[in-house]
Amino acid sequence: MPKLYTGAEIVFKCLEDQKVEHIFGYPGGAVLPIYDELKNHSSIKHILVRHEQGAGHAAEGYARSSGKPGVVLVTSGPGATNVVTALTDAYMDSVPLVCISGQVPTHLIGTDAFQECDTTGITRPCTKHNWLVKDINELSNVMHEAFKVATTGRPGPVLIDIPKDIQFAKAKYKKPKIEKKLNGKLQNKFSQNDIDELIKLFSKAKKPVIYSGGGVINSGPKASEALRELASLTGFPITSTLQGLGAFPGDDNQFLGMLGMHGTYEANNAMHDCDLLINIGARFDDRITGKIDEFSPKSKKVHIDIDPSSINKIIKVDLAIVGDVSSVLNKINKTIVKSKNGNGKSNKSNIAKWWEQIEKWRRKDSLNFINSDETIKPQHAVQRLYEITKNKDTYVTTEVGQHQMWAAQHYKFNKPNRWMTSGGLGTMGYGLPAAVGVQIAHPEKLVVDIAGEASVLMTMQEMSTAVQYNLPIKIFILNNQYMGMVRQWQELLHEKNYSESYSEALPDFMKMAEAYGCKGIKAVNPFDLDEKIQEMIDYDGPVIFDCHVDPNENCFPMIPSGKPHNQMILGPNDQEENKIKGKGKALV
Amino acid sequence: MPKSKSAYSVPTKKQKSDTYIFVVWVDNEAGVLARVVGLFSGRGYNIESLAVAEIDAIKNISRITIVTTGTPQVIEQIRLQLTKLVPVHKVAEFKREDKNVIFKEMALFKVVGKKSKIEKCLNACKKFDPVILDETKSSAVIQITALRREIDIMNKKLKPLGLVSTSRTGAVAMTRGAQIFN
Repeated sequence: MPKLYTGAEIVFKCLEDQKVEHIFGYPGGAVLPIYDELKNHSSIKHILVRHEQGAGHAAEGYARSSGKPGVVLVTSGPGATNVVTALTDAYMDSVPLVCISGQVPTHLIGTDAFQECDTTGITRPCTKHNWLVKDINELSNVMHEAFKVATTGRPGPVLIDIPKDIQFAKAKYKKPKIEKKLNGKLQNKFSQNDIDELIKLFSKAKKPVIYSGGGVINSGPKASEALRELASLTGFPITSTLQGLGAFPGDDNQFLGMLGMHGTYEANNAMHDCDLLINIGARFDDRITGKIDEFSPKSKKVHIDIDPSSINKIIKVDLAIVGDVSSVLNKINKTIVKSKNGNGKSNKSNIAKWWEQIEKWRRKDSLNFINSDETIKPQHAVQRLYEITKNKDTYVTTEVGQHQMWAAQHYKFNKPNRWMTSGGLGTMGYGLPAAVGVQIAHPEKLVVDIAGEASVLMTMQEMSTAVQYNLPIKIFILNNQYMGMVRQWQELLHEKNYSESYSEALPDFMKMAEAYGCKGIKAVNPFDLDEKIQEMIDYDGPVIFDCHVDPNENCFPMIPSGKPHNQMILGPNDQEENKIKGKGKALV
Repeated sequence: MPKSKSAYSVPTKKQKSDTYIFVVWVDNEAGVLARVVGLFSGRGYNIESLAVAEIDAIKNISRITIVTTGTPQVIEQIRLQLTKLVPVHKVAEFKREDKNVIFKEMALFKVVGKKSKIEKCLNACKKFDPVILDETKSSAVIQITALRREIDIMNKKLKPLGLVSTSRTGAVAMTRGAQIFN
């Protein structure tokens, strides 16, 4: 007779077989049997958060910085509803999460029992798939399948809802099957013909641009290497989405910077004027495309993506290659090398003129800003942070808003998995718990959350988690007392009616740091900034850094809504210049 | 700069919409219909009619037939999104005008009235091989299978002849000839 295990034991046996080392969670009535079992499994460490949303974001930070799925454990009812924001965030940004939620016992389901909610119903639209396990004999298979679904194809969150009686019930444990096909959903459907066609487009292109996205990061570090090889083989200019930053070195001359609404002038103009657009693992998000009708009007478009439903969703493309970015890029690189050995022909000379044009755009220096001796400019703060931390293999998370865009513009990433930000859902309050997760995955590394004071207050309670586990995360708050991005939109579009975007009665972050038992540092003067940043880095423990910045600074350049890529608003320097020349007012 | 007063772009020109029939083979498990229907409502696609039933009790497979309208781009998205759902095995779509596919709906008409009126009803339905499922002195339940618009027409026609209640299914579909969809 094979040994029978309780549901709670099966959960942990599955987690062990899936090589899970950390779970982020919060106990409650309906998951108590699982929490009771925790003590018997020393290879799995539980991180107690202060709110289930924090558990979700921490697991996201963990997953995105390590490439492994993040695991979340919450109770029924409010535990499950609190994690919904994080699940949706992970769904939008393709982060593999496995969320285990407790549920009321099966005989009480549907009776409005205490802490009951329709968890699978609520999370159905924000997970790749979810399961309500009503039969203990299915638990092992469901758990293993959950990991498979979360991590294969385009990654994303899944949820397993386990009623309390199932956690007590006993069954045999089944090991994960080695090879399992998910209804034939295995990817890599491309052929050598597709690749050959792409190479043909490469050789004809006079104005090519590579537009890479988060798919490159999700495909693993090998994909970033392959991307670098492709760029060096072709000499093509490359731009990246918010989520793709780090796949290609940010300080490389071939890199045009980020594209999109707050992307650089050269990247957006290159997208608009190119004759060949190569999308690698990005999804033509509306923050990228601007006005669809006028998006990159003269180009042939190629889309490489693992998710067939991403192709032709927003922008019709001329060549679609469905597959894992890493395998597709390797195939492309091999084919290029082979053909080069054949005739030694390179099209680098074809694109020399294109590079001249790009250099012209580049001279606009669209990320410039007018620095000040009196107040700390937020861009300056990010630049200083970058200069001081760039040799430390730093991991950066952000909240959402102006500070996020400044971080993306001015912090240059050289490696994948170093940049964790909420792009698709735009979740304020993401960065602090994400930093907790990143630090758990990389205990020896420097982890900085570039934050805004409004965002960080949404999940501030997780400082307590950081202190409990002695996680030396650095919360670098660009404090402008406004919901900056809201204020900026109100200034540009709503006649400066700053409706409810000013935060009165902000807490004293120094005292807050003290209350949590971590270190507080405050900077108000640009001349002290470097020294204080250094102090933050040198401190062995969590730090809240309250950096008072110019409250009226706007984030430029930007593409106004409904405009194509070549109609950007540039920063104040340029606006000043144009005013003198008597044009450009139309741009503002 | 024209003020759209929005952080989003404004909708641009739309392509022409057509009616399509989707046939979806799914695992017959709890919540699977909600997943399929939720995908439609969540992404703003519409459902004109819906028919679903288990077709293979051993393999536990249900067949869902959905009639929907959309631009070619939307129709392609629906297929690709459906294919991504874990319990979905395969997806087929047909244009309503497709001559190689049979579409049928079934309707039950309850007619109340004298024999002569009921006779008239049956006569009107003749083209669709009506079946009388229940008959009393003053009523009858008539079953027909036909196309959606034919049933729409019959529904109108029978009203003055004593039709008091109509119940109808969504469309189901099957390809003509020997080949099956894979």
